[in-house]
Amino acid sequence: MKPIDMNEVQEQIDAFAGKKVFIHLETTNGAYANHVNEKAYNVGAFIRNAQVTYEHGKIKGAGMAYRVGLKTENGWVYAEGLNAWEVDDKNRLLMAGHDREGRLMVSLEISETAF
Amino acid sequence: MEKHVVVIFPHPDDEAFGAAGTIAKFRQEGVPVTYLCGTLGEMGRNMGNPTFATRESLPEIRKKELQDACKAMDVELQMLGYRDKVLEFEDLSKVSDHLKGLLEQLKPTLVITHYPEYAVHPDHNALGAAAIDAVSRMEESARPTVWAQAFMRGYQEILGKPDVVQDIRPFVKTKVKAILCHTSQAQGVLGNVTGAELTEENMEAIAMEHFKEETFYTWNFDNI
Repeated sequence: MKPIDMNEVQEQIDAFAGKKVFIHLETTNGAYANHVNEKAYNVGAFIRNAQVTYEHGKIKGAGMAYRVGLKTENGWVYAEGLNAWEVDDKNRLLMAGHDREGRLMVSLEISETAF
Repeated sequence: MEKHVVVIFPHPDDEAFGAAGTIAKFRQEGVPVTYLCGTLGEMGRNMGNPTFATRESLPEIRKKELQDACKAMDVELQMLGYRDKVLEFEDLSKVSDHLKGLLEQLKPTLVITHYPEYAVHPDHNALGAAAIDAVSRMEESARPTVWAQAFMRGYQEILGKPDVVQDIRPFVKTKVKAILCHTSQAQGVLGNVTGAELTEENMEAIAMEHFKEETFYTWNFDNI
């Protein structure tokens, strides 16, 4: 993955607008968060292969912390903390936020085919 | 002497961090070892440092790392095809049947798995419970010994001292080699395990110093 370039990512988000797409959305601080640090909470959520169609989407933010919001007919898809992206060999838009040690903290992925 | 050892853990790298020294010891004695690996660690958050994997490329990368680690330890590998992080939500009676079928074919004399409820990660606890359930339902004459691994904070205060303590210092080289095969995970997990600031350069030396023993509890089937 490479550091986010807002213009390039926006172009990719636009390309999926109005289409029936599959979403992978995830946030995690790892299954060992509380094991390693007694004061930490284990928190995470993911949804894989949710089918949505968004009217439009935007990327906002700067530096190492970007947000993406996708406006759907009945609601929103939202991710915060994104800093890396790529379009993979299956034409899927992968976005992620990694911490200083390269660990994934958040991920939002959009694809026309199921993950 | 054991005739065949089967290791049942859910993630690629559990075998390296948890039991590679013990595995190496058995292999040196000529005992066959099979690793039944539950998932491909699809939901791991370590992506290499610097990051080289993505959420979507991680499973294939970890599969290759797992195969390399098994080669380094000279063990047979079977991948069970469950998905990382959601194993506990599977129908565990089906998982137990799946494992029982495999164990009846493999006929191990010893099974190594996680100690249910004392192994931190929900996947560890779930697969450990399914493995112990599977063994408990085997004919008593064919039933292997089970060594269960616990490492939850404070586990010894509740369970007492583990009765199986393997001095793995003579095998630490193989263990560290197996750990380093898990390139995408090694640095992140070693950092957690050793509490040291790791770099690509120092991590092998720190790991060689760190690992001295692997401990297990012999499961008591009289209690069920």
